[in-house]
Amino acid sequence: MNVFDIIGPIMIGPSSSHTAGAVRLGRVAWKILGEKAVRADIALSGSFAQTYRGHGTDKALVAGIMGFHSDDGRIRGSLQLAEQSGLAVTLREVSIPGAHPNTARISLTGVSGKTVEIQGTSVGGGNILVTELNGMAVSFTGQYNTILVLHRDKPGAIAAVTQFMAESGVNIGNFRLSRPRKGGEALMTIEVDGEVSDGLMGRLQALEPVQQAVLIRAI
Amino acid sequence: MLDDQSVKALCQAAREEGCTISQLVLRDQAEQMELPQEEVYRRMEERLAVMEESIRAGMDPELRSNSGLTGGDAAKLFSYAQSGGLTGGFLNRCMARAMAVAEYNAAMGKVVAAPTAGSCGILPGTVVSLLEEGRCSRREAVMALFTAGAFGMVIAQKASIAGAQGGCQAECGSASAMAAAALVELMGGTPEQAAHACAIALKNQMGLVCDPVAGLVEIPCIKRNVSGTAIAFSSAELALAGIESKIPADECIEAMGEVGESMPCALKETSQGGLAATTTGQRLREQVFGGAACRTER
Repeated sequence: MNVFDIIGPIMIGPSSSHTAGAVRLGRVAWKILGEKAVRADIALSGSFAQTYRGHGTDKALVAGIMGFHSDDGRIRGSLQLAEQSGLAVTLREVSIPGAHPNTARISLTGVSGKTVEIQGTSVGGGNILVTELNGMAVSFTGQYNTILVLHRDKPGAIAAVTQFMAESGVNIGNFRLSRPRKGGEALMTIEVDGEVSDGLMGRLQALEPVQQAVLIRAI
Repeated sequence: MLDDQSVKALCQAAREEGCTISQLVLRDQAEQMELPQEEVYRRMEERLAVMEESIRAGMDPELRSNSGLTGGDAAKLFSYAQSGGLTGGFLNRCMARAMAVAEYNAAMGKVVAAPTAGSCGILPGTVVSLLEEGRCSRREAVMALFTAGAFGMVIAQKASIAGAQGGCQAECGSASAMAAAALVELMGGTPEQAAHACAIALKNQMGLVCDPVAGLVEIPCIKRNVSGTAIAFSSAELALAGIESKIPADECIEAMGEVGESMPCALKETSQGGLAATTTGQRLREQVFGGAACRTER
């Protein structure tokens, strides 16, 4: 903890969980998509579904999907900005059994036709927990720099990635593997200490078993 | 590294070093963040500037929240303050600034969570007020935010600053205690006097529940930012007059944490009790959200 956790963050109100955290959830989905979104289907559950209009949770999520940060004044008018920029948004109120009260599911389609779906929760103070990515169980908070590595499930894939990280001097703080089926698409969620350069991400992306590598920078 | 686990340790370190709490914290945080002191100072000054702008924007008489439930009251209070009111123009203007920032937050304005968005009006109402009233320099106001932050860090680690964990005493109560300590330093009081002001403010809001109508950061949050500001001033005045809190600040913080833990869930940001559960509270909820139909998925 440092003094700016107490005197801060600078954010668009009214709620760190329902507004600032929601921007961040949208932003994570946008980062993973890796391109401009043209379609966003958002499902809100629990307290998010019940109070989103008062907290501007819908505006916050859409702002995040457009790549805005949680202190961006454009959040207030994000729904209009989305319409103008060719981002079609649908919003549904749902009940996801067993989910944390502040949970959203975001499905995005990008300009190239690429799609991504995440489920995540705003756990308080602007902090989030992403629990699902394209149907795969994940768990990362965004408090650390987090690298998501989408790869083909085959022998040596994890070793190739972790060996590369070791050689690059990056310390792994947390590692999780999600593999829905043998030999299919799999996902490594790697939380690391310290800075991660664009150059390092480029080299990681070029490794043979890696299909896509995405960096989610810490708050 | 500075021991920020207790108010007592903070005061002792300041006494030993012969400096203020703010100087101590600035130096320590620069070391911890591995940044030059000028950079850490600059970041705090940036927060002060956001607070100033949120006061200005929140004074708009036409301002309305997203839900339509609140807005425009700060302008009313600031205008009333010109008459001097009951307690003088100064306190009324300070309360109006706190209200402006809290109303601006509800209207999706840019604020500094201090320590939370729900309690974002109290440091602007106190520390920034002294700057705007010409009672301190810009540098002194920035430094006072470090003092407030130091007390806030102790509270966050020993108790809580989240309404969902500790009720409103943890949000507006903490903000008020942080502000009281900062005001004492701004007026030239000792670190010990700042600690007494912190303790007195906490004692005055102990047990305050978090019961937002319709789950929104508006009713009663906005007006609690005003009372938190008034309590910060009264607590600072007592401490500056040489009056001591019989219960030391660290014990007040621990007690606040325990009270928060024993508070029922209905009174910790769930909108199931307190003002949220009143007839009018429920009617307002209906007015804003109607009967939201949810369908089950999966």
